[in-house]
Amino acid sequence: MKNFCFALCIAMFVLVNRAFGSEAGMPQLNPEFWAAQIFWLLLTFTSLYLIIWKIFLPKITYNIETRKSKVVNDLHQAQKLKEDAEKKLVEYNKIIEDTKKEAKKIIEDERKKLDENIENKKQKFNDEIDKELAVIEREVKNLKKTSILNINKIATETSTDIVKQIIDAQVNQSNVAATVNDVVKRKIEKYI
Amino acid sequence: MATNPMHQFEVYRIGPEIVLGSVNFSFTNASLFMVLSAATILFLLFISTKKKLLIPTKMQLISEMSYTFVAKMINDTAGSKAKPFFPFIFTLFMFVLFCNMIGMLPYSFTVTSHIIITFILAAIIFIGVTILGFVKHGIRYLELFVPKGVPIVLLPLIVVIEIISYLSRPVSLSVRLFANMMAGHTMLKVFGGFVVSLGLLGGWLPLGFSVALTGLEILVAFLQAYVFAILTCIYLNDALNLHH
Repeated sequence: MKNFCFALCIAMFVLVNRAFGSEAGMPQLNPEFWAAQIFWLLLTFTSLYLIIWKIFLPKITYNIETRKSKVVNDLHQAQKLKEDAEKKLVEYNKIIEDTKKEAKKIIEDERKKLDENIENKKQKFNDEIDKELAVIEREVKNLKKTSILNINKIATETSTDIVKQIIDAQVNQSNVAATVNDVVKRKIEKYI
Repeated sequence: MATNPMHQFEVYRIGPEIVLGSVNFSFTNASLFMVLSAATILFLLFISTKKKLLIPTKMQLISEMSYTFVAKMINDTAGSKAKPFFPFIFTLFMFVLFCNMIGMLPYSFTVTSHIIITFILAAIIFIGVTILGFVKHGIRYLELFVPKGVPIVLLPLIVVIEIISYLSRPVSLSVRLFANMMAGHTMLKVFGGFVVSLGLLGGWLPLGFSVALTGLEILVAFLQAYVFAILTCIYLNDALNLHH
């Protein structure tokens, strides 16, 4: 496209030059105002350069640098905050973990204690029952012993009375007692 | 007449005649548009640096974007050593850009379409860069003309070519800008003349061309300012970092 335009331009140039002939020419090559152009160019360009260099560029540089440093600072701070937050999260998780462990331990301890307590109580209870049983057994034994003696007495007296009534004779008390004792010894198993 | 497409490049005196000795320093229409370009740049910079906000306004963005644009251009082509020359390149770019752009306004004058203007700018750059090169590297700056890895047989030829290409820098730099500007504006004027001469019936085609060319010329105006600045950066790079 550019090449085409350039060719077109040159063609136009030739055409135009021919059309206007000597009247045209290039005003650029007329040295009449060259000195003036150079002078004003140097003046304008130098003052523009000085003003831009001394006044405007420092302003723009300052502004851009300020923004850059602000952004860098903000990023830095954000990074720091993020790291802090992560540290806190780790700490928090650790605390929760510790607390969970502690709670578990407490529950276990309590359960163990409770179990022990129950076991102890059971033991004591059993012991007491055993003691009571022993006492009762002893009492029963005593009762048996005494009851046998009493029965012997009753049996002896009854036998003596029965014998007196049936045969109307005086029987030796001690004989009866011996006999009753004998019988009781033989038959006591059957009653007790 | 006004239909002469070269008429727009004519320089004439405005105001009193200032003659020092035999030299004429009169204020001309070219001077007027130089001052106007400089004033526009300063006005824009003034407005756009008035507020210093963290989040820039659109006006503020003008100055900051042109700043970063030129800064990036210098950094990419000449490296960080060229930082002290930033104000000069920035001024150069802005001046050429605004001269080109203001030249795009109808009935205005294009300062950069004059070879003397572009040549003086290019000469300042050329002389400055050469002095800078000799100050930085001393006589070793002449090594610029001796590229590395060239066979000794070819060396005399290469050195001559390098010297010629170095010396033609100001010419190519100035003629590039001047020719582009002059050609574009001549073309616009010619098509404008066609619109008038072909009248209501046939004028539409050149009018369309004119519109398209205006768009192209605005692009060229920016592009040439950019090229002018970036070539300056490249020359600066040669002077600062001898071996590229």
